[in-house]
Amino acid sequence: MMSVEQLYEMLKKIQEEKGYYFNEDKVKVFHLLEGLLINKERYGYMCCPCRLSSSDREWDRDIICPCVYRAPDVEEYGSCYCNLYVSREWNEEKIPHAFVPERRPIEKVLGKR
Amino acid sequence: MNDCDVKLYALSTCIHCKDTKEFLRTCGVGYECVDVDKLGGEERRQVIEEIKRINPSCSFPTIIIGDKIIVGFRRDEIKEALNL
Repeated sequence: MMSVEQLYEMLKKIQEEKGYYFNEDKVKVFHLLEGLLINKERYGYMCCPCRLSSSDREWDRDIICPCVYRAPDVEEYGSCYCNLYVSREWNEEKIPHAFVPERRPIEKVLGKR
Repeated sequence: MNDCDVKLYALSTCIHCKDTKEFLRTCGVGYECVDVDKLGGEERRQVIEEIKRINPSCSFPTIIIGDKIIVGFRRDEIKEALNL
């Protein structure tokens, strides 16, 4: 199994090129990345650590990290739902660290329960 | 200090849930916690039904403080509900 440090380095390189930065709070980032590794073990895919998996990869495709809601959330709030990926401005505290509400449609949240 | 019951529905992997747990501990508040992602089968289904009754969007953390329901790590709302 990949270590948290390995995952951090790998994702940092790929995602920064796309304009998404890890939260500067490394303790939080490592907790979330550990969650991704746990979910990979549990479900077979890196389901968002802040959302409950349905255990169905196809159904959860929108919340496999990085989720499809990251782009609009970083655009609107400067941060994804988990505060894992943020904008440069968010890290530099040039924009407020607002509460990021759930953007996933409720029928997706409840559909497989 | 509050003397009402505090219950937390959480995910063990979720950072907002972790922040909520730490915040409650810092406030010296005892709480009952269910990490829903660690449950399986029928128990998981039952707990999800419980959560949906109080928070239809079934997101985490869902916090019950007395008769108040707080969805998400909303520090100010939690403090207010705890009369802190």
